[in-house]
Amino acid sequence: MQIKLNVNGQSIEDFVEPRMLLVHYLRDILGYTGAHVGCDTTSCGSCTVHLNGHAVKSCNLLAVQANGKSITTIEGLAIGDQLHPLQEGFKECHGLQCGFCTPGMIMTAADLLENNPKPTEQEIREGLEGNFCRCTGYHNIVKAIQYASEKMALA
Amino acid sequence: MLPSSIEYYKASSVADAVGKLKANPDAKILAGGHSLIPVLKLRLNNPSMLIDLGGINSLSGISEENGYIQIGSMTTHFDLASSAIVKSKIPIFAEVAETIGDIQIRNMGTIGGSIAHADPSADWPVALLVTDSVVVTNERQIPAADFFTGFFSTALNEGEIVTGISVPIPANGTKMTYKKYPQPASRFAIAGCGVAINSINGNVSSARVAFTGVSNGPYRDTAVETALLDGADADTASKLAAENVYIREDHYASPEYRKEMAKVFARKALEVVLG
Amino acid sequence: MSNKYIGQSIKRVEDKRFITGKGRYTDDIQLPGMLYAHILRSPYAHARIISIDTTAASKMKGVVKIYTGKDYEAVNGVPCGWQVNFKDGTTMREPKHPLLVTDIARHVGDGIALVVATDKYLACDAAEEIKINWEVLPSVTNAMEAMKPGAPIVHAEYADNRAFDWQIGNPKEEVDAAMASAHHITKLDFVNNRLAPNAIEPRSYIGHYDPVYEKYTLYTSTQNPHLIRLLMCAFVLGIPEHKVRVVGPDVGGGFGSKIYHYTEEALVTLAAKDLGKPVKWTSDRSEAFLSDAHGRDHISTAEMGFDKNGLIVGLRIKTFANLGAYLSTFSTCVPTYLHGTLLQGLYTTPKIHLDMTCVFTNTVAVDAYRGAGRPEATYLLERLIEVGAHEMGIDPTDLRFKNFIPPFDGVTQPGYQTQVALQYDSGNYAPVLQRGMEMLGYENFKKEQAESRKTNKLLGVGFSTYIEACGIAPSAVVGSLGARAGLFESAQVRVQPTGKVSVFTGSHSHGQGHETTFAQVVADKLGIPLADVDIVHGDSDTVAFGMGTYGSRSLAVGGSAIVKSIEKVLEKGAKIAAHKLECLVDDLEYAEGKWTIKGTDKSISFADVSLTAYVPHVYPPNLEPGLDFSSFYDPTNFTYPFGCHICVVEVDADTGKVTIKRMIAVDDVGNVINPMIVDGQIHGGLAQGIGQALLEGVNYDSDGALQNGSYMDYAMPRADDFPMFETDRKTTPCPHNPLGVKGAGEAGAIGSTPAVVNAVMNALWHKGVRDLSMPMTPESVWRAMNKK
Repeated sequence: MQIKLNVNGQSIEDFVEPRMLLVHYLRDILGYTGAHVGCDTTSCGSCTVHLNGHAVKSCNLLAVQANGKSITTIEGLAIGDQLHPLQEGFKECHGLQCGFCTPGMIMTAADLLENNPKPTEQEIREGLEGNFCRCTGYHNIVKAIQYASEKMALA
Repeated sequence: MLPSSIEYYKASSVADAVGKLKANPDAKILAGGHSLIPVLKLRLNNPSMLIDLGGINSLSGISEENGYIQIGSMTTHFDLASSAIVKSKIPIFAEVAETIGDIQIRNMGTIGGSIAHADPSADWPVALLVTDSVVVTNERQIPAADFFTGFFSTALNEGEIVTGISVPIPANGTKMTYKKYPQPASRFAIAGCGVAINSINGNVSSARVAFTGVSNGPYRDTAVETALLDGADADTASKLAAENVYIREDHYASPEYRKEMAKVFARKALEVVLG
Repeated sequence: MSNKYIGQSIKRVEDKRFITGKGRYTDDIQLPGMLYAHILRSPYAHARIISIDTTAASKMKGVVKIYTGKDYEAVNGVPCGWQVNFKDGTTMREPKHPLLVTDIARHVGDGIALVVATDKYLACDAAEEIKINWEVLPSVTNAMEAMKPGAPIVHAEYADNRAFDWQIGNPKEEVDAAMASAHHITKLDFVNNRLAPNAIEPRSYIGHYDPVYEKYTLYTSTQNPHLIRLLMCAFVLGIPEHKVRVVGPDVGGGFGSKIYHYTEEALVTLAAKDLGKPVKWTSDRSEAFLSDAHGRDHISTAEMGFDKNGLIVGLRIKTFANLGAYLSTFSTCVPTYLHGTLLQGLYTTPKIHLDMTCVFTNTVAVDAYRGAGRPEATYLLERLIEVGAHEMGIDPTDLRFKNFIPPFDGVTQPGYQTQVALQYDSGNYAPVLQRGMEMLGYENFKKEQAESRKTNKLLGVGFSTYIEACGIAPSAVVGSLGARAGLFESAQVRVQPTGKVSVFTGSHSHGQGHETTFAQVVADKLGIPLADVDIVHGDSDTVAFGMGTYGSRSLAVGGSAIVKSIEKVLEKGAKIAAHKLECLVDDLEYAEGKWTIKGTDKSISFADVSLTAYVPHVYPPNLEPGLDFSSFYDPTNFTYPFGCHICVVEVDADTGKVTIKRMIAVDDVGNVINPMIVDGQIHGGLAQGIGQALLEGVNYDSDGALQNGSYMDYAMPRADDFPMFETDRKTTPCPHNPLGVKGAGEAGAIGSTPAVVNAVMNALWHKGVRDLSMPMTPESVWRAMNKK
C-alpha cells in the first residue's frame, strides 16, 4: 500500500507490503542500515529510531504504521559534520566496542535526555532497560550519556 | 521468523473499525502493536487483516470529566506516565505506566492494546482493578472486575473494540501504590501488587488489593482486603495473599516461590499505603 | 624510541562510522540480484525424517530453489579443527556434521532445508509449506545422563555417547596418595552452566560467485576470515583457496561464537554458484539460540586437599563436558588443552589430576565462549579454595597468599613449570590481591558486614584470583596436541611512497579496537603521526594470511607480527638513508621519524626514505626498490595474564535477589598499549562473568527443547544489573614477545564468576548455605537460604 513519510528530513512516497517491518523498510529499501536487527522479541533495542520525536523499536512496527509520520535514524542525528553530543560522548568515553548496539543506544539515550536532561546514574541505567550491549558492560555507555548530559546543559 | 502476508486497513473512525471487524471476523485490531506484532512475527497467530486504530485521533488523550479521568484506548504508556493530571488525580496509573517495558515500548504501546491482549502478567489490570475503573467499548461499559476473565481472555464480544478507560477519581486521601517483581529476562511481572486504601481516623475504611502475574489472570484478593478492613497490619494482611487461587509456574518461578513473592510484594505495597 | 601513543588512552579511530550508523556489517551489504535464504530447522531434539516434501513450497511465490540434505550427500561435513585422542591413544570420534540433515536430526535447530527466494518474507512463507513426516526418537541433553547405561544414543555408531576421554596432570595414584595424606579435603559438585554467547549481531553470510573469474566470495560475520577459507576450502568444498575470497566486514561481537566454520557459510557459497546470484542468510535471534555454538556446560566433582597449615597438597577432578551433537571447530580443545592445563591456577599445588569425559548429546554444539575452558578451571579452583578457607576457619585471602606461587619474571628467573604441562611466562601474584583488598577496604568491610548482620541485611564479599593462558599459540606445541592448523599470525607493513603506512593484519577486530591499538604501535615504532597509519583487516584477498581473533591473541601474536615487519622496514630504510646521507648504516640512529647521523644534525625523514624507495634514482646498488614487508610471528609460549576480582553483594532476604554492590578487578595483562580499551575489555568481560553467575543459563526440557531460546526467557544482563566497575592494574611484562603484552580480552569473564558466587555464599554462610549453582536466580537463592 502507499505510504508517505519523512525520513531524516526527506519526504518519501512509496509502496510497501503491509507486513513489512519498519526496520526492513529503512534498511533494505531506503538504505539506512544504521538501525540493526539484534532480536525478534522487541528486547534488544538495536533497531531504535525516533518516530515523531520519540524512541521506538523499528523491528516492532510495520512500515505502514509510520505512514504520515516523521522518522529520524542514527544517520539523521548529526547536523552536517557536527556530531550530536551523544555521538561525541560515546566516542570520548569509549561507549562502544563492536558498534552494533550503538545506534540504538544513542537513539534511546537521546529520548531519555529529552525527557530528563540531568539523569542520575541509576536513571540512566533504568532508561537503558530496552537496550542490550554485550561488549561494554554498560560502564562506559553510562559515562557517555553523562558526558552528553553535561555538554547539552552547557549549550 | 517474519510476519505472514496480511491485509491492512487504517480505520477512520470507531464505527469504521467496528464495521470492518464485523465483516472480517478473523481480523485483528492493531493499536500500538506491541502485543500483537511480536505474535505476528512468530506466526503464532495469522489474522487475515489488521485494522489500525492509529488514525483515530479521538481515541488518544486524557481528560477529566464529572469526577472521572477519561483515558482514550490509544493513549500510550508514556503519555500516562508523564501526564500531570494522571500524576495528581490517579497517581497509580503513572506509577504502573513507568514499570511497563522500556522507554521505546512505552512510547508506542497503548493502554487499550494492553488490556485487550490481557496478558496474565500485564501491569495495567492492577491499576484498573484497584480504582474500580470501567472499560469503555463501542458497545458498552464493562467494570474492570468483569472485563478480565482469565488467561489472555476478556469479556469483549466479537466485533467489540475498547475505546477508553473511565477511572473514577479516588476520594481525597486515598493512598495507592503498585509494587512489581519483574522476571529478569522479559521483565513482565512474576508478581505485581496494587493497593488502594482509604482510612477514617486511622482505620481502614475501604481496601482494594489486586495482583497480576500470580494467577491465570489479574484478580482482586478479597482475603487481604477483608483483613485490612478488620484492622490487620501490612505484615499480617499480606500473609493471606494468593491463597486459594491457582498459581502459575514457569522456569523462573515455581508456584511456591511465586505465591511467596505475591505476599512479599503485597507487604511492600501495604507498607507504603499504611505506613 | 619515544612513546607518543603507546600507553595512552587514544580515542578510537573506528568509532566515527559506528556512531553515525555507517558501520558495514554483513547484513548491511546488498548485492545486485541478491537472493535470500531461510533455513527450516528441526523442531525435535532427535528424530528421523521419514519423508520430506518440498513440492508445494517450491511452487510458492518468489521461491527460486529449495535444498535438502540429499543435495549435499556427496559434500563433506564441516570439520573439527582439533583432534584430541582417547586416554589410550585411539582417535577421538568425529561424526559427520552435514550441511543439512539427510536422515536424523540430532538437536533442536539442526538444519533440514534451505529455502532460497527473491525476498526474505517469501522464503519464510515457503519454509512453512515444507511437509515433513518425523519419527521422534528418544533424546538426551545432559552429559551425565548421556553416560548412563540405556541412555538414548546420539550417533548409532558410538553407542556409549563418548566423544573421547582424556586426562592430564600427575599420575592418578600419586594424586590419590596426596589426597589421602590431606588434613582437610573440600569437595564440591559443580555445574558450569551452559551459556548462549549472544553477540548482538546475529550471524550473517552472503555467498557470491563470479563466473568470469570462476571465483567465490563469502561475506561472513566471522572472527577469522582466513580460517574460514581454510576450513571451508580444504575440508568441505574442495575448492582451491585462490578461488575463494572470504571477507569479514564489521562484525557485531563474537565472544568465541563467530570463530567456527558453520554449515550456513558453505550453504550460501554453494547456492550462489548453483543459482548464479548472490545468496544472503541472516540468522534471527531465535535461530541463534538454536544454531550458534553454546559455551561451558561442564559437570564436575572436584576435591582440594590441604595440609594442617592450609597448604594445598592435591587437586582431584572428574568432569563430564557436553560437546553437543557434533564437534564444532574448537570444541574438543576447550575442555582439554584450554581447561585442564590451567588447573594449577596461581597455587603451588604439587599433585593435580583431571579425568575428563567429553560427551555427545542432543544439543547444539558447545565450543569456546569468552574464556573457553579457563573460566571453568578458575571456577573450580576459586570455589574450592574459598569454601576450603571457610571450612577451615582461615580467611580466604590468607589462604590464597599462603599458596601463591612466588614471583618470577621469566627473564632472570625461569618460568614456572606447572603440573599440567604449561610453563608460566612471568608472574607476581600477591600484589593483585593486595591491591584488590586495598580498594575493597577489607577491614572496614568486615566491620560493615558484622554491623549489617544485626539488621538482617545480607552482605557478602567474594574473592577470586585467576590465571589464564592467552596469546594462542605456539604452532609446534598446539600441533603436537592435535591442532589441525598453526596458530601464528601474519602482518604486512606497506609503506606508501609518501611515507603513509598501510598495515595488513590477519587479526580481525570485532569490537577490540585494532584500528586504533595497532596504529598506536606502528606510529610509535616509526615515529610518525597516528593519522598516517591505516589498519586493514578482514579480507583474505588483501591480507596475506591470518588466524584471526580469539583467545586474547590479537596484540600478543598479531601485534608482534606487525613489530617484526616494522623492524624489517626500518632495517631496509636505514640502508636507503645511509646511501642518501653518504654514511654507514651503523652511523645512523632512528628516532622521531627520521634517521640521523649520530652526533650530527644531518638527517633524512621517513617520508623522504619512503619516496626514495619507490623513486630509486639515487639508491643503494643491489637493493630492491620498495618498502613493503610481510612477517609471520609464531609465539614461543602462551602468555599468562592473571588478576584478582572481588565482588560485594547484597542478598534480598525477601526475594533472594542478589544485587552487585561493588565489582573490583585488578588485572595484570602485561604491558598496555591503550588503557581505555583494556578497561573496556575488562568491563565487558565482568558483565559476562556476572551474567553467568546470576542471570544466564540455557535450559533444555525433558524433550530436548530449548526452554529459554529468546530474550523474553534468557536473561541477558542489562545496564541496571550492574554498578560502576572499579578497575586497576599491575604490570608484569610478558618476557617472550616484543611488546611485552599478554592479552586482556577474556580476563573479565574468567575471574569474576567465582567471585560473585563466593560473595553470595559469604553472605549466606551463617544461614548454613555452603554451595549454590549458577545462575543464582532469586528463587534458587531463596530456596537455599530458606532450606526449601
